[in-house]
Amino acid sequence: MKIHIKNGRLIDPGNNLDAQADLFIAAGKVAAVGKAPAGFNANRVIDATGLVVCPGLIDLAARLREPGYEYKATLESEMLAAAAGGVTSLACPPDTEPVLDEPGLVEMLKHRAKTLNLAHVYPIGALTVKLAGEQLTEMAELRDAGCVGFSHADVPLQDSQVLWRALQYAATFDFRVWLRPQDGYLAKDGVAHDGEVATRLGLAGIPAFAETIAIATIVETMRATGARVHLCRLSTRDGVNMVRAAKRDGLPISCDIGIHHAHLSEMDLGYFDSHCHLQPPLRSARDRDALREGLKDGTIDALCSDHTPVDEDSKLLPFAESEAGATGLELLLPLTLKWALEMKIPLVQALARITKEPARILGVDAGHLSEGHNADVCVFDAEHYGKVSVAALKSQGKNTPFLGIELPGKVCYTLLQGQVVYDVGNA
Amino acid sequence: MTPVLPDPEALCAELVLQLKPQVTADTALVGIHTGGVWLAERLHAALGIALPLGVLDISFYRDDFDKTGLHPQIKPSQIPFEVNGRHIVLVDDVLYTGRTVRGAMNELFDYGRPASISLAVLIDRGGRELPVAAEYVGARLEVPSGRMLVLDRDENGKLRLKLDA
Amino acid sequence: MRNPQLNDKGELQHLLTIEGLPRETLTHILDTATSFVGVTAREVKKVPLLRGKSVFNLFFENSTRTRTTFEIAAKRLSADVINLNIAVSSHTKGETLLDTVDNLSAMHADMFVVRHAESGAPHLIASHVASHLHVVNAGDGRHAHPTQGLLDLYTIRHYKKDFTRLSVAIVGDILHSRVARSLIHALTVMGTPDVRVIGPMTLIPAGAEKLGVKVFYDLEQGLRDVDVVVMLRLQSERMRGALLPSAQEFFKYYGLTPEKLALAKPDAIVMHPGPLNRGVEIDSAVADGSHAVILSQVTFGIAVRMAVMSILAGN
Repeated sequence: MKIHIKNGRLIDPGNNLDAQADLFIAAGKVAAVGKAPAGFNANRVIDATGLVVCPGLIDLAARLREPGYEYKATLESEMLAAAAGGVTSLACPPDTEPVLDEPGLVEMLKHRAKTLNLAHVYPIGALTVKLAGEQLTEMAELRDAGCVGFSHADVPLQDSQVLWRALQYAATFDFRVWLRPQDGYLAKDGVAHDGEVATRLGLAGIPAFAETIAIATIVETMRATGARVHLCRLSTRDGVNMVRAAKRDGLPISCDIGIHHAHLSEMDLGYFDSHCHLQPPLRSARDRDALREGLKDGTIDALCSDHTPVDEDSKLLPFAESEAGATGLELLLPLTLKWALEMKIPLVQALARITKEPARILGVDAGHLSEGHNADVCVFDAEHYGKVSVAALKSQGKNTPFLGIELPGKVCYTLLQGQVVYDVGNA
Repeated sequence: MTPVLPDPEALCAELVLQLKPQVTADTALVGIHTGGVWLAERLHAALGIALPLGVLDISFYRDDFDKTGLHPQIKPSQIPFEVNGRHIVLVDDVLYTGRTVRGAMNELFDYGRPASISLAVLIDRGGRELPVAAEYVGARLEVPSGRMLVLDRDENGKLRLKLDA
Repeated sequence: MRNPQLNDKGELQHLLTIEGLPRETLTHILDTATSFVGVTAREVKKVPLLRGKSVFNLFFENSTRTRTTFEIAAKRLSADVINLNIAVSSHTKGETLLDTVDNLSAMHADMFVVRHAESGAPHLIASHVASHLHVVNAGDGRHAHPTQGLLDLYTIRHYKKDFTRLSVAIVGDILHSRVARSLIHALTVMGTPDVRVIGPMTLIPAGAEKLGVKVFYDLEQGLRDVDVVVMLRLQSERMRGALLPSAQEFFKYYGLTPEKLALAKPDAIVMHPGPLNRGVEIDSAVADGSHAVILSQVTFGIAVRMAVMSILAGN
C-alpha cells in the first residue's frame, strides 16, 4: 500500500528535522521524505495540512493487563488506546499474572500483540523468577523470546547481593536492566509523599530519600559491574541530581518519568482524590519543577505514560485503600505538548522525549522517519484542545486526574508499518 | 394602613397594674428571648418578685426547624427555680400566631410540671394559629399580616415599638 | 476547589474536618453548645429538635466511648439512633464502603456519623451521598476528629476565655493523632499565638511546622509557661513499630508528672482525649489532680456534638 502524507509539518527528532515536508510510504517502509520517489503512485493520500507528522510515539511503560488482569483491561482495548494515542511502540513491564519470567509467556504475548497489529509490543522480562527477588531468570532465553530488557517492576529488590549478581549477569550479555529506585522498607505502607500534605491529610508517607537511597545503591552497583541501567519513574529533585552526577561520571545510566509527575504535585491530592494515588507518589512542587527541568536539559531521557488502567471500584475507596495508578496511553502526547508549551520548548526537542530517546533505551530501530526503515507514523493536530472524558478514552482505564481538563493535541492518524491503524474520522 | 403604635412604657405600667393583685411570694416570672426578657426584667423589678427571673430561648422548641434550620444566635435558657408545682407567669412582647408560646410551654414542661402558667404580653395583635390566649394584655392592636411588630430597647433601657416590613 | 463540607448556599452540610472552616463557624458551634450544656444539666435532658430524624452511627473502627457519646447526643436531640459496627477484615472483602452507605441511605437515614480507620473515608462518603444527607466525621485514620477538636476548643474557652493570649502544648504521638491535627487547626483558626507539639522525633510528622506549630523534642522546654497541656494517648503498637523502645522510657521523658506540670503556668489546665494510659503518658496524681479537666471534656463533648448535629440537620 502506497501512502502519501502531504502538506504536513514533518518533525523528526531522530533526523533533526522540523520542516514542511511530505512523507512517502511504500511496503510498510518510508520510501522518501520531502520529494516523491520516481514513479510513486499513491493508493491513499492523507492531507496533513495544519498537522504535525512525526514518528509513531514510543512509550516505555504501558501495562496491558494481560495475562492475568483482564477484568481491568485487555490487550485489545489497551492496544486500541495506544493506536488512538499515536503510540506505535510500547514496552510493558513484567508484573503480569503470571509474571513474565518464562520465554513461553513472552512468546504468547508477542504473538497476541502481533495478531492485533495495532502497535509493536516490547516486553520487559522479569529480572528474578516470579519477581521474588531470589533467583535469576533465564535472561538470555527471554531475550531470544523477545524481551528488550529486564526489570523488577514495582517490587523492591532489597537483597543487594541479588541485585549485584543480577546486574553482573545482565552485563555479561550487555542487557539493560530497568529498575524502579525505591527502598522497600522506607516505602512500606506509604501512599503519599512524606511532606506537609500527607501530614495534613493524615496519610502514611514515603520520604524522598527512599528514592535517593535506592539510586545510590544502584549507582554503586553499576560502578562495580559496568551494567547498563535504566531508572524507571523518577520523582525527586535529589534523584535527578544524582542521575546528573552519574552521567557526568560516564556511567551507562538513563531514566524516565511518568507524564503525571511532569505536571502534578502533592497539592493535587486535594480532598483525598484517589485519582492522584500514584506510585511513585506525587511529590512537592519543588520536586516537580526539578523533574520538568531535568526533562528539558536531557538528564531525564524520556517521558512515559506509566499506563496503569484501574477499574473504577478500586478507585472508589478511601485513599490508602485505593489502587495506585492512572491511565496514560492516550495522554502521552497531550501531556508532552502541555509541558513543551509551558516551558517554551521547541516541538522537535520535546518530541524526542517520546520518540528518539525511548527508542534508544529500548535498543530498537524506531522513533525516526528514515528512508528504508519502518513507517511508524503519528499525524496530529497540535493546536486542537480536547477535554479528557470517560467517553473519549479508548482504554478501559478511565482513571486519570486529568478528567474534565482540556489538553492540547489530537491524534488524527496513526500508521504502523505503513498501515493506518487509527483514523480519527473512523474512530 | 399603618396603625398608630402605642407607647410601650405606658403599656408596661398597665401590665404592672393588672399583675399586681395576682403576685405572691411564690410567683415566678419567665421571659421569652429577646423582647419578652426585656419586658420581664421591667415587670420583675416593678412588681418586686422574690424569685429570680427565668429566661427562655425557644430555639430548640420551634416548629419550623426543618424549614429555617437552627437560629444563628442562641442564648442559653436559665430557669433558676424549681418548676414543679410553681405558678408561672410567662412574659412575651408580642402575641401573634401563638407558636412561640407553645414552644415556650413545651420547654417549661421539660423542666418540670408547673401548677399553672399564665401569659402576659405587651401587645396582642390577633392572627392566632393555635389555641393560645393571654390573661394579661397591655393593648390589642391590628397589624397588617405582612408586617412584623418588634419591641426595641434604646441605650437608656427605654422600650420602643417598631413596625418592620 | 469547593470545600466539600459546604452546600451550595455556603452552609455547613457535613462536618469532616476543622481545616478550612472559618472562625465564625467554629464560634457559632461553640456558642450553640453553651445552650446545650444547660440542657444536659436539666432533669429532662432532651429537646425535640431532631425528632423524626434518623442518625446512623457507622463505626468501621471500634470505639464504644465515642459511639456512646454520639448516641447520647443524638437521643438528647430526640433523634432515632441506629448503631452499626462494621468489622473490617483485610482478608474478607465484603460489601464496599460505598455499597454499605448506599444501602443505609435507602433506609431513610438523615445523618451518618462515621468512624473509619482510613483517612479520607468520610470525605469519600460525603461526596457520594444524596444532597439531603449529612456526614459527621467521628474520626478517620490519622486525619481528623473534628468534634473532639471542637470540644477541646470549648473546654479551653470555658476555662481560659481568650485564645489570643494562650500558649498550648500538645504532647505525645502527634504523627498518628487525628486529635492533635484537629486541635491544631482549631487553635490556629481561633488565633492562638503559641501552639506547641512535644514528642520524640519519631512521633512528629514531616512538615509539622507548616501546620503552624513549634516543635519541641524536650518536654521540659516545651511545657515552660504554657496555659494548656493536652496529653495524647500512646498506643501500644508504637512500641512494636520501631518508633519507641518502651512505655517506661516514654513515661520518663514525655510523661506528665506533677514535677513536669510545675513548669507550666500555676493555673494551667491538663486535658486528655481519653482513654487514659496511667503511668504511660500521664501520672495518676496529675490525672486525678486539680489541674485536670478531663471529665469536663466528656460533659462538654455531648453538648458540642448536640450542637454539631443540630446545626447540620438544620442546613
